[in-house]
Amino acid sequence: MTTATGLAPGGPEVARQSLRHRLADRGIDRVLLLLVPGVLFLSLLFIYPFLYGLNLSINPTNGGGPLTNYQNFFSDSYLRDTIWTTLSLGVPAALFNVLISVPIAYRMRGRFRFKRTITTLLVVPIALGTVLTADGLIQLLGPSGWLNKMLLDFKFIDQPLILVHNYWGVLMSLIITGFPFAFLLVLSYLSGIDPNLERAASVMGAGTWERFRRITFPLLVPGLAITFCLSFVLAFSVFPSASLVGDPAGSTRVISIAAYHAAFEQFDYSMGSAISMIMGAIMLGIIALVLGWRSTMFRGATGGKG
Amino acid sequence: MTSSTNVSTPAAPSTLRRLLKPSSIGGWLVWGMIAVFFVAMFALIFTVFLDSIATTWFGSWLPDDFTTHWYGDAWAEFDLANVLLVTGQVAVAVVVISTLIGVPAAYALARRNFPGKRIVTVLFLLPILIPPITYGIPLATVLYKVQLAGSLFGVIVANLVPTVPFVVLVMIPFIEQIDPKIEAAARMCGAGTMTIFFRVVGPLLVPGILAAGVLVLVRTVGMFELTFLTSGPSSSTIVVVLYGAVFGAGIRAPQEVDAMAVLYTASMLVLLVAALRFVNPTQLVTRVGAR
Repeated sequence: MTTATGLAPGGPEVARQSLRHRLADRGIDRVLLLLVPGVLFLSLLFIYPFLYGLNLSINPTNGGGPLTNYQNFFSDSYLRDTIWTTLSLGVPAALFNVLISVPIAYRMRGRFRFKRTITTLLVVPIALGTVLTADGLIQLLGPSGWLNKMLLDFKFIDQPLILVHNYWGVLMSLIITGFPFAFLLVLSYLSGIDPNLERAASVMGAGTWERFRRITFPLLVPGLAITFCLSFVLAFSVFPSASLVGDPAGSTRVISIAAYHAAFEQFDYSMGSAISMIMGAIMLGIIALVLGWRSTMFRGATGGKG
Repeated sequence: MTSSTNVSTPAAPSTLRRLLKPSSIGGWLVWGMIAVFFVAMFALIFTVFLDSIATTWFGSWLPDDFTTHWYGDAWAEFDLANVLLVTGQVAVAVVVISTLIGVPAAYALARRNFPGKRIVTVLFLLPILIPPITYGIPLATVLYKVQLAGSLFGVIVANLVPTVPFVVLVMIPFIEQIDPKIEAAARMCGAGTMTIFFRVVGPLLVPGILAAGVLVLVRTVGMFELTFLTSGPSSSTIVVVLYGAVFGAGIRAPQEVDAMAVLYTASMLVLLVAALRFVNPTQLVTRVGAR
């Protein structure tokens, strides 16, 4: 506003200012038209299906009140327990990947030879896919796999360890496929922290551990919270690995299997949508919890780029 | 502490040697973890590869004999030529369309502050923060209702839901680092909006677009849930065919599935290495971190 009056002094000029100008002052101009395709697309294919699903979920197939599906879900222990199963797989997998990524990324952030090669090798699991991971785990850790053979031959154990087609197989599969993402994110947050801060601490006489604990780690925590959220999102949809290396009817019956089963095997779209809504709500609840905790942390300038 | 020199000269060429020197127990632990990770990963890939070239392999240390015919069998039985064609079509279409929709949106979000910007940002964040299987089920239901599910078009549309926001998020930092004064200068010199877009901003954005495109490509080829929920027999990409092959098993030899899994991993590796040539993974999220 001030610039406009500055350019053309005098009262009437302000009144004559066109609507377009006033909108532009608030940041609304034709550039925003560029947003239209994206917003339309997401409204049509993300928001609308979500509302459609919500509406479907409160109109149960077999009649009953709007909350019948939700009541059924929470009163049936076979369905209700899938929440616990999913969380007990997703949270440890995400937590493990984030925590293991911190020291590895801390080592990888400097500049040294073969850095690119080692980083590339660390993210190879992205290329594996669930089926190869599952088959590999079954052949490696199965009752007659190499690990059990070795342990049996060295007489460490008498009976083969049961590591696949149960909780542990799925957890390992989740860790393998989720690690690259957590690692890349942590590495990228770490390289956003100004190395001069650590150098300064070093000059003041702080040792390696102290520098990490007092300088780098506190600056990294907000990034770790985001990384945990994204890793958890990945681990939350364990659908394929839970059926391939897990026990999809029993101990690793995760919530996504229950939703798929309801929607596309029993063709109860209403129940399937209800379970999807519950899934989404749990997911967003956990993200809100983590981000809420994050906002209590220090979020000053990290220096460096960004 | 002797190791304090590590940080003060991080660019020294002998850093690796110094890192490898047993200056700290922690350092050795980390390298040990990395070694365990590599060994486990290679054992994983190796066993599947070994099985895919084995005649039979039950309970012994190594297969009885080796053969390559499983690859030919898998290729013929699953009509892999066609599956790869479908995968390629879906991936290319998703990359092109998500770039066309996402880049302009990212430009508007990077350059303008407007009322409601927070809502639009949340709209673009949600599909990334919610697991695909969660919105995939209602989305597939809607697509079935309008009879798009099962077609190639339906698969492409479903895959666009997470990739459009992904392109937007990757592109925003790229656009923000271009000085708006360059555009202003071009306009002063008489360039129209189209000229500015194609001759000034566009060329500057090419590295960012390549990075986003190649990441979307990897993501789409590897995307299981959405394709699984929306594809039909003629529109399945290789991940879905692979998953189906495991469950359709029964009489089928497991070696065939392994052969196909090896083919899938090999092609994903090529894409991944290509992607890492274009993208510096350490620069992906620094901006989000700064918020």
